[in-house]
Amino acid sequence: MNLSKDLMAASSTPLVLGILADGESYGYDIAKRVEQLSGGALNWTDGMLYPLLHRLEQQGLLEARWRVADSGRKRKYYGLTELGQCSLRHQQQQWQLITRTLSRIWNDTHQQTGALSDGHFA
Amino acid sequence: MVTSPDNPFDSDAQIAAWRQYLEQHRALTEADADELEDHLCAEMERLQQGGLSADEAFLIASKRLGKLDSVAREYAEVHSRRLWQHLVYSQPEKGYGWRWELLVVLVLAIAAAMAIKLPDLMAWVPYDDFYADLFYPQNLALFGLPFVGAYFVIKRQLGLRGWLLLSGTTLMLTLAVNTYPFVDYADTLMLSAIHLPIVLWFVIGVCYSGNFWQSQSRRMDFIRFSGEFAIYYLLIALGGVVLTAVTVGLFGFIGLDIGDLVAVWILPCGAMGALVIAAYLVEAKQSLLESMAPVLTRVFTPMFVIVLMTLLLTMLITGQGFALEREVLIGLDILLVVVLGLLLYGVSSRDPQQPPGLFDSLQWLLVSAALLLDLLALVAIAERLSEFGFSANRAAALGENLILLFSLSGYAWHYWRFLRGKQGFSALEQWQTAMIPVYVAWALVVVLLLPPLFSFT
Repeated sequence: MNLSKDLMAASSTPLVLGILADGESYGYDIAKRVEQLSGGALNWTDGMLYPLLHRLEQQGLLEARWRVADSGRKRKYYGLTELGQCSLRHQQQQWQLITRTLSRIWNDTHQQTGALSDGHFA
Repeated sequence: MVTSPDNPFDSDAQIAAWRQYLEQHRALTEADADELEDHLCAEMERLQQGGLSADEAFLIASKRLGKLDSVAREYAEVHSRRLWQHLVYSQPEKGYGWRWELLVVLVLAIAAAMAIKLPDLMAWVPYDDFYADLFYPQNLALFGLPFVGAYFVIKRQLGLRGWLLLSGTTLMLTLAVNTYPFVDYADTLMLSAIHLPIVLWFVIGVCYSGNFWQSQSRRMDFIRFSGEFAIYYLLIALGGVVLTAVTVGLFGFIGLDIGDLVAVWILPCGAMGALVIAAYLVEAKQSLLESMAPVLTRVFTPMFVIVLMTLLLTMLITGQGFALEREVLIGLDILLVVVLGLLLYGVSSRDPQQPPGLFDSLQWLLVSAALLLDLLALVAIAERLSEFGFSANRAAALGENLILLFSLSGYAWHYWRFLRGKQGFSALEQWQTAMIPVYVAWALVVVLLLPPLFSFT
């Protein structure tokens, strides 16, 4: 599924923070986990993940350190800072609020199909 | 693509070529390229385990990383270290090569040099009254700085909107400053002459940003540019002074006194032309100063901390703090403005991804000391106000110190939170750029509103 650009931009931060809440990780792994968890439906342009990671690092939400991976290549690992955990909790609450509200709206409309045609939005 | 029958696909060479292409983009550092290369290789390994051949894996993996140009653009926004220019302006248009740019720079520099002599040649300078003395100090900023602005309007291809902005503000300021009926040696005249360059410099910044001050990264760029411009200009000035001194000396040996020629022509024309040249040099040779200027701030910051601390302690111990004389107050304000400049540049030249370090604690100390000194200055100004009432100078000093108080408090607060790990460095940068329009607005008030408010005295 193709997400709209705005939604993509808004959701990528909580996705990255959420994945890193399990412990530190590196870019490729993060991208793969997002793909898996979404059942392959969420497909980022992988290159765009890194500028995002760097931006979060600048905001103090992440901290990074270089390690040498098993393959012998240098690899940059990211982990949440205290500030990052704090920000994640905030974002969780916000997104839960949104999903709760949306699902209630959509459940309601399922139960009373047809009621939509009245001037509900006035 | 390198293909030969013996070796159908050389993935190492292919990756190396891909990486080389990445590194051409100046928005990406070597570390960024390392990180992306690791991603590419990891993806290729996974695909090859799935049964793809090396060349197929390379094609798919590099495709998945996205178009390199748009990825690099994204990087440039994040890094904000002036590199966006190389992306946005990396393709020179027809006729817009470096030769053409050099020609533009030379023409503008000569125009700036001529501009300062024009009033003399056209006999615009009034004779026999105080205006003759003050004409040049009052208009000084208006001769050179608009040409620096013009350079950026051309370089950034801002078009009509840029020209209108630049010529409009220049014209308005020129008219205002020269038609105000100032009384003899009015304080308000000197005040407006001091604050005028700040307003014009901001106009240059709006042109410099290339998108009319729209994005954070470009605002920070302009602050960096300003610092580097100052250093280049001082270097040029130093060289110019040495060169003219030697020339004057040599001509003196052969019995020719060219002192007048130097004072009347070479000095003013050189000073104006050098403005454009310095701006061009920062643009063209920025990588030179990028490594040097931050070192300078790191040298000067501790020195200023010591000076401010000593000053503060002396004032508190001797109890002189609350009875600042007029001259001391002026000196103090100049010192505080210099500190603010140092701070502006120090913040802008710092890599925002670095964790808090010793230098940041030092900066915080500098800000706090400046803040306390500013408070002392405000107390002194308040006392003078209650004693002598309002004057143009006191009003200007009050406004300046209040704005400094506000700005420095913000710096202190954001530095403190940054040092404690409560926020990233970007919040501090946001504060810094948000304050710029405030400084400019105040400068504009002093230039345009203060003279009529104090009836041009």
